Amino acid sequence: MVERQPIRLVVNGKSVTTTVEPRMHLIDFLRDELQIKGARVGCEHGVCGACTVRLNGQMVRGCLVLAVRTTNCTVETLEGASDRGDLAALQAAFHARNALQCGFCTAGMLLAAAELVATRPDSSREEIREFMSGNYCRCTGYQAIIDAIEDVLSARSGSVAGGKKC
Amino acid sequence: MLTPLKSEQRIADELRYIGAPVPRPNALRLLQGRGVYVDDIVLPRMAHVVYWRSPIAHGRITSFDASFATMMPGVIGVFGAEDIADICTPWVGTLAHLPGMKSPPQYPLAPGHLCWQGEPVFAVVAETRHQAEDALAYLRIEWDELPVVANMERALDPDSPLIHPELGDNLCLTRTIDNGAVDATFASADVVVEESYRFGRHTGVTMETRSVLADFNAAEHTLTVYHSHQAPHMMQDLYSRHLNLPEASVRVICKDVGGSFGIKVHSYPDDFATVALSKLLKRPIKFIADRLESFVSDVHARDHLVKARLAATKDGRILAFEIDDLTGVGPYSVYPRTSGIEGNQVLNITGGPYQHANYRARLRVVFQNKPPMSQYRGVGHPIACAVTEGIVDLAASTLGIDPLVFRKMNVMHDDAYPRTGASGIKLEGLSHDACLSRIERMADYDGLRDEQRRLRGDSVYRGIGIAAMVELTNPGPAFYGIGGARIAAQDGATVRLDAGGGITVMVSVGEQGQGSETIFAQIAADTLSMPIGRVRVITGDTSVTPYGGGTWASRGAGIGGEAVLQASNALGMQLIEFACAVHQRSPEGLKLFNGQVMDVENSAFLSDLKDLASQAYFRPDTLPRDFQPELSATRHYSQRDYPFVFTNGVHVSYVEVDVDTGMVKLLKHWVVEDCGRVINPMLVDEQIRGAVVQGIGGVLFEECLYDEAGLLKNGSMADYLVPMAAEMPDIEIAHIETRTKTSALGAKGAGEAGSAGAPAAVMNAINDALAPFHARVTSQPITPEKILVALGKVKPGRV
Amino acid sequence: MKAPEFDYVRARSLEEVFSLLDEYGDEARILAGGQTLLATLNMRLSEPQILVDIGGLSALKQVSVVGDALRIGTMVTHAEIEDSAVVRKHAPLLSEVAPFVAHRAIRNLGTLGGSIAFADPAAEWPCILVAMRGVVIAQGVEGQRRILADEFFIDLYTTALRPGEIIVALDIPLSGPNSIYAFDELTRRHGDYAIVGAVITGEASKEGFLKDARIVFLGTGNTPDRAHAVEQQLETTPLTRAAAATFARALDITPGGDLYNSAETKLHLARVTLERLLAKLAQKLEVPEHG
Repeated sequence: MVERQPIRLVVNGKSVTTTVEPRMHLIDFLRDELQIKGARVGCEHGVCGACTVRLNGQMVRGCLVLAVRTTNCTVETLEGASDRGDLAALQAAFHARNALQCGFCTAGMLLAAAELVATRPDSSREEIREFMSGNYCRCTGYQAIIDAIEDVLSARSGSVAGGKKC
Repeated sequence: MLTPLKSEQRIADELRYIGAPVPRPNALRLLQGRGVYVDDIVLPRMAHVVYWRSPIAHGRITSFDASFATMMPGVIGVFGAEDIADICTPWVGTLAHLPGMKSPPQYPLAPGHLCWQGEPVFAVVAETRHQAEDALAYLRIEWDELPVVANMERALDPDSPLIHPELGDNLCLTRTIDNGAVDATFASADVVVEESYRFGRHTGVTMETRSVLADFNAAEHTLTVYHSHQAPHMMQDLYSRHLNLPEASVRVICKDVGGSFGIKVHSYPDDFATVALSKLLKRPIKFIADRLESFVSDVHARDHLVKARLAATKDGRILAFEIDDLTGVGPYSVYPRTSGIEGNQVLNITGGPYQHANYRARLRVVFQNKPPMSQYRGVGHPIACAVTEGIVDLAASTLGIDPLVFRKMNVMHDDAYPRTGASGIKLEGLSHDACLSRIERMADYDGLRDEQRRLRGDSVYRGIGIAAMVELTNPGPAFYGIGGARIAAQDGATVRLDAGGGITVMVSVGEQGQGSETIFAQIAADTLSMPIGRVRVITGDTSVTPYGGGTWASRGAGIGGEAVLQASNALGMQLIEFACAVHQRSPEGLKLFNGQVMDVENSAFLSDLKDLASQAYFRPDTLPRDFQPELSATRHYSQRDYPFVFTNGVHVSYVEVDVDTGMVKLLKHWVVEDCGRVINPMLVDEQIRGAVVQGIGGVLFEECLYDEAGLLKNGSMADYLVPMAAEMPDIEIAHIETRTKTSALGAKGAGEAGSAGAPAAVMNAINDALAPFHARVTSQPITPEKILVALGKVKPGRV
Repeated sequence: MKAPEFDYVRARSLEEVFSLLDEYGDEARILAGGQTLLATLNMRLSEPQILVDIGGLSALKQVSVVGDALRIGTMVTHAEIEDSAVVRKHAPLLSEVAPFVAHRAIRNLGTLGGSIAFADPAAEWPCILVAMRGVVIAQGVEGQRRILADEFFIDLYTTALRPGEIIVALDIPLSGPNSIYAFDELTRRHGDYAIVGAVITGEASKEGFLKDARIVFLGTGNTPDRAHAVEQQLETTPLTRAAAATFARALDITPGGDLYNSAETKLHLARVTLERLLAKLAQKLEVPEHG
């Protein structure tokens, strides 16, 4: 039996002090130990992106992060980002464009989209597609997601609506 | 507004929501990460099960020792077939209306005969999933290997190993259609073209893997199952019958489902095993398939080899189609919908859009030692359409006729319905002409051809691919019921005015993201003339909703929607009647408008529905003694005019093929779809887009690759290629609306149209691009290598 | 799947790392970015006894110019390379290649050193390191040593690191005024491991030669594949667009097949990629100010 190790981190703005088994990945920690379900499990290979969360402000694959490594870190899930209003424009755009159907990929899509909007606001449509290509969606076919992101970028830059609804 | 109804079949004159792109109210929780999927549910004393699955494709267990595994931390028990034999009965996946179909009994846990890599054999139950997986490694199991049937083309050879010797051969089902004078037609036709098409086995890869949480209450002898599933009533029936529990003791609840696409419309042995374990252990048991096991245990689809030929006159008239479809399913026919439906539909749908009187088709469904195969989005249509549209393109090019012109000549024309197709399909009313004209303009077909010509001069090879299609939706009981399956083909809705003045709609058709709940709200809100914000929809709970079929065969809008319409109409009439009793008026003078009752003539306000509700629920003493208001109405609807209500559409794909690398770039995709009345254009269009991309997956990327030992070589998200955003085209959509007269709503289905036509359109586009090289590719997925082989740039090294 | 049990130590010094590696031998794994290791563990493909986390060693996270090399610490992430102005100035090829490595979420944690140590021949960095004549700085209890990239990749997932050694930094020679390069990879989906990829580096000469050329392929062999014959031809024959096809025909690598592509397909694709990259470089040679 491997010993649990202490960690102390901030999750969705709240301080968490506990112990974890070293092998536990961040998503299982959030879901099973903290009951934060907005962090999802899709493949555990780091490919599908359903598990995307923010670690120290950057998006990461939660299934490829050990909880034991997150001491002194801040972690934010979709719920946390949503509750503090950080994703309001994207959420509204996604809703208006129906850029989600079953919702399982949505945490990953929103957090990835938010990182794009924050760090690459001049992205072309093709660049948006490329950036978002790390997140698998089976329901939407991606176009509505790209449109929603374009809508948010256009609104920010104040330019004439770039989001064309074909 | 709702004027007094003379018949039950009316839709509100003023439609605020039906036809509008209303955003989904239930998307809000998903946008905040607050959906509730099965894995999010935690119950007291819940334990986890993992399955030891056969590592080989065919064999027999010779010894089994769980003693070490049982000692591992957290392990509650290790179980095999004999432990649950008394709890859950086996099943056979055949239906009476597929004559001659054979399949042996299948058990929740294989009793010893291992038939596919991934088959569940032993169950390890532990306090946590981690502990259960740890214990798996300590099971000591030995087996003998048996010869493997992994090549469907040899499964019927006289010397082929038999998976089930007691059945005599590996044939699951065969069927033929022979209409008209096929031999004579082919013999005398000016032009006969022939081609074979291969479709690679692939699977659904739902974002949320299969999930079941079974909770057996030993005190009450009741079973509650939280299921990521499309058909809760079907599962209720199955669990009740196979676990010998009264139906009323079984409750199946489907909350948020993370994608299904048909993969989650079936029953699975590990579902039954999980439920049986909950009964055995008297505590909640959770089974969440992980991604690796999903690839070897989810239902697979589309493993087909189709030989096709077409006969035509020299002036371009299609006379006959003939196909031979060989499909290799798994070792058991899937229960209860069987593994014969996809092939059956290939036979029924091939040639569908075109006028012809002569059609022959043969289907052979053979068993293989690979995961079971059954319905997955499109169910046979992607194959039938690709075969049809591929051979039609081949005929057009052989005759030197433009493929769009050829289609316009040969489709069933819009003024020629109702009619029966050569395969026997009954068609109410389609719009091939209108769709072809519309897409010609939308895609600027002539402009694309000009561009293609110009760019060929620069050695840039673009292709335009067209695919006309028909698709079955809104099935009647013919689909399953007549075969003996207890799968409801009708659905019901209860619409209720609540004490606070809101409307609650409970419907037996649910959703897994497609937006059914939203369109039900739209229909109820318009029919009752209520603001949509006051309408709440409940689905997915067998204890709460009326009894019905769930989502499959694109029936949610057409059948569930019609039930909502009729129940809302009925409630509307009851509310008018109630207002009449209160105001001493007669029905023809009153109408419902915006949550109120008004005078028809001068729109004078009479009552707010909220006040009427309060009066009915709390102050019936103020009502006429002989009047009892009924503030709830339930109506059921089944489509009984046709076996199916067919839709039609057409796709155009525009691609560029790099003839040096074989890489295909998808430049653009267009769809014109006729699904009857469009209730929510945004939701329908997004369904079409998602389905198109899923179809693109099949034609360019996805295949479960097996070796000769029946072992999966690419069973992970890294090696199995699903479509991602960067490679997908923008998809432009338009609609023609030919409303069905089989219902007041007039809506047909649309969920699968994208996946039906996209593979055909893309394959045709690639072949159009390769036309200058006289090269064709007919094996899906069309990989760069297959294109290079067709171009003669590399030699074929593999099938 | 869930990873098997393992123990974990967050090393506070390199000495501690070496001591643990000595104690646990094969049963220890170095945890850098974890983007490959943890996926492997989640699939239970490997069951080490202990993970030694080097993420806390700040000395391993530096990017700086040291002499005539750009020194990149082993823990520097792909994202940091992608975003770094220092890297863009001194080794722009790295900046150009970084966006091809998986996807941004992976790049935010995955490290250059981890990728080099894992030595997947389908990955970009091992190939780039060889092409840029990089140097691996390895360190163990016995101290540091420098290993040329050419000598570092021995076989599939096998490097010249000795037991008990880790990579602490990579040295990349600074790009000079005449350095030119071209990189491309063929993938069916953006961010996948490439079917085939290639990088060409060299020095542009006024006479239209590509001098000191290195042509390295990824995705073709068990280690980065150098196209020696073509490199040699480039020393003696000017690189023009018209000649690109001829050069490509001289390609002397022998790729193996993979799940989706036969060996012959890979060779064909390698030739096509090579020809296209050579044509691109030929264009740069024609317009020297863009070199």
